[in-house]
Amino acid sequence: MDLQIALLLGQDGITNGAIYALLSLALVLVFTVTRVIFIPQGEFVAFGALTLASLQTGVLPGTLWLLIGLGAVAGLIDTVFALRDRQLQRIPRILGINLALPLALAGLLANIPLSSLGLPIQVLLTLAVVVPLGPLIYRLVFQPIAEASVLVLLIVAVSVHVTLTGLGLFFFGAEGSRTPSFTDASFEIGDAMIQGQTLLVVAASLTLIVALYLFFERTLWGKALRATAMNRTGARLMGISATMAGKLSFSVAALIGAFSGILISPITTIYYDSGFLIGLKGFVGAIVGGLGSYPLAAAGAVMVGLLESYSSFWASAFKEVIVFTLIIPVLVWRSLTTRHTEEEE
Amino acid sequence: MSEYSNDTTAEKPLILDVRDLSVSYGKVEALHGLALKIRAGEIVTVIGPNGAGKTTLLSALMGLLPARGEIVYLGQRQGSDRQVEQLVRQGMTLVPEKRELFGEMSVEDNLLLGAFDRYRSGKRDHADTMAEVFDIFPRLRERRRQLAGTLSGGERQMLAMGRALMARPKLLMLDEPSLGLAPLIIREIFRIVGELKKTGVSILLVEQNARAALQIADYGYVLETGEVSLEGPSEALSSDPRVIESYLGLGGRH
Repeated sequence: MDLQIALLLGQDGITNGAIYALLSLALVLVFTVTRVIFIPQGEFVAFGALTLASLQTGVLPGTLWLLIGLGAVAGLIDTVFALRDRQLQRIPRILGINLALPLALAGLLANIPLSSLGLPIQVLLTLAVVVPLGPLIYRLVFQPIAEASVLVLLIVAVSVHVTLTGLGLFFFGAEGSRTPSFTDASFEIGDAMIQGQTLLVVAASLTLIVALYLFFERTLWGKALRATAMNRTGARLMGISATMAGKLSFSVAALIGAFSGILISPITTIYYDSGFLIGLKGFVGAIVGGLGSYPLAAAGAVMVGLLESYSSFWASAFKEVIVFTLIIPVLVWRSLTTRHTEEEE
Repeated sequence: MSEYSNDTTAEKPLILDVRDLSVSYGKVEALHGLALKIRAGEIVTVIGPNGAGKTTLLSALMGLLPARGEIVYLGQRQGSDRQVEQLVRQGMTLVPEKRELFGEMSVEDNLLLGAFDRYRSGKRDHADTMAEVFDIFPRLRERRRQLAGTLSGGERQMLAMGRALMARPKLLMLDEPSLGLAPLIIREIFRIVGELKKTGVSILLVEQNARAALQIADYGYVLETGEVSLEGPSEALSSDPRVIESYLGLGGRH
C-alpha cells in the first residue's frame, strides 16, 4: 500500500465514520432518554435514502403511505383517549397533527413536479416524510410500554426493525438505489485527491453534530431531554413528561437517521435492508462510549469507519467480521474498567 | 376532629383537602383512611417516625403513586388517573427526600429546568424568578456555574428547594429537608422555610425532626403506621405530653 491508497482509504473511512458517528449519537440519545436500544435506527437511514431516490424519479414514496397509516392509527387512539377523559378541546389538535398534516403533505407531493425540484427542496421533502415516523413509532409502540424492562424494550425494538425492513421491501422493492452525487468537485492536495462529496458529508455531519450540541447545551428543550436522561423522577417533578421526552428523542433520532441516509446514498447503493448494517456500525461506536457518552460514541464510530475501510483493502471478505469483532475487546475493556451497577428500574 | 377549632385559619381558602386517602404497595397498605387539610399561606407539618408512611403520602399526593380516596386540590377533585405533569402545571411541587437533582448539570441549569413548565406554557419570567431564588439562597448564586453533583449536602437541599420555587408553586411539599444535614444547616433551612411563608406559598412539610418542624408550622399531624394518631395547631401539639414523650424528648432525637 502506498501513501496515495492509504489516504484514499482514510478518506473513505472518515466519510463513513462521520455517518456512523451521527447514528451512534442518535442511539445514545434514545437509549439514555427512553432506555430503548434503537435497533430500527438503520431503517430510517434506508428510508431516508430510498425516499429521496423515489422523489428524484418522480414517484410518490411508499413511506408516505406509512406516515398516513401510522398517523391515522395514532390519531384514532388519541381521540378515543381524549373522548374517554372528556377532554374534547384536545381533539382538533390531535386530528390536525396526525391526520391533516400527513394528508396535506401527500396532497403537496402529488401535485408538484417532484423530479425537477432542486436537491435542497427534495431533501426537505424527504425529511418531512421520514422524520415524523419517529415520534409516531414512539407513540404507538414504545409509549404504552415505557415502564417495561430494558430487555422487553430491546425485544420490541427488534420486532419494529423486522417490521420496518419488511415494509421497506414492500415499498421500494428489492432493487437498490443510488442518488446522484451532490457535487462532482474534487481537490488535489499534494498527491492526494479529495472528493468534494467526502468534504460535503464530513461538513454536513459536523454541522449536525454542532447543531445537536447547541440544542442540548443551549435550549431548554435540549436540557429537558438531558435532564430526563439523568434523572427521570426529577424530570417528571419539573413537569417534563416521559412521553414528551420520548417523542422528542425519537424525532431527533429519525432526523439523524434520515439525514444520514441522504448523505450516504450517493456513496453506496442503498437497498431496503442496507440500513441495518449501517446502524449496527453506529451501534458499535455507541458501545465504545458505553451507550452513555456522546464524544466517546462519536470517536468510536469514526474508528469503526477507518477500520472498515482499511480492512476492506487487506481482507475484503472479512471486513464486516473485523468490524464486529472489534466489539469484543471493547466489551472486555469496558467490563474491566467500569463499575457494574444494577439496573434501577 | 378539630378542623374548625381555629377561626382565623378557617377563613382562608382550602388549598388541599384530602379525605380517606389509602395507598397500598401490593397487599400491604401503607396509608389508611388519612385526612389532611392545608389552607392558603399555611405551613402544615406531618411528623412521625421512619416508615410511618410520610414519603408515601407525598408521593401519592404528587401523583407518583396510585391512591384511593378523595383529593381536592384548589377546589378541583383529582381523578385517579392524575399525572405528575398536570399537577406541576397546577402549581403543586415536591422536593423529594432524595432531592433528585440533575447532577451533571450546572446549578443554573437545574434552576432553569424548575421553570420548564412555566416556560412551556408561555410564561417567560424565569430570569426574574431566578433572581428571587438567588436572593433567598445567596449560596446558589455563588455556585451557579458549578455542577449540581459537586455541591455539599446543604447546598443540594437549597438547590432542590430553589428549583421547586422556580415553578412559582401554590403548594410546596418538602420531604425531610433536614435529612442528613448538619445542625447549623438545618437551622438555616428551617429559617428559610419559615420565611417562604411570607411569599404566600402554602407548604406541606414532612419531617422526622419534630421540634424544628413544629416551631415553624401552623398546624401539625402525627403520622404513625399509616394513620394520623394526633393532630392540632402546632403550639398545642408541642405541649402535648404524647408528642413530647415520643418525638421531642429531652434533648431531642437529632
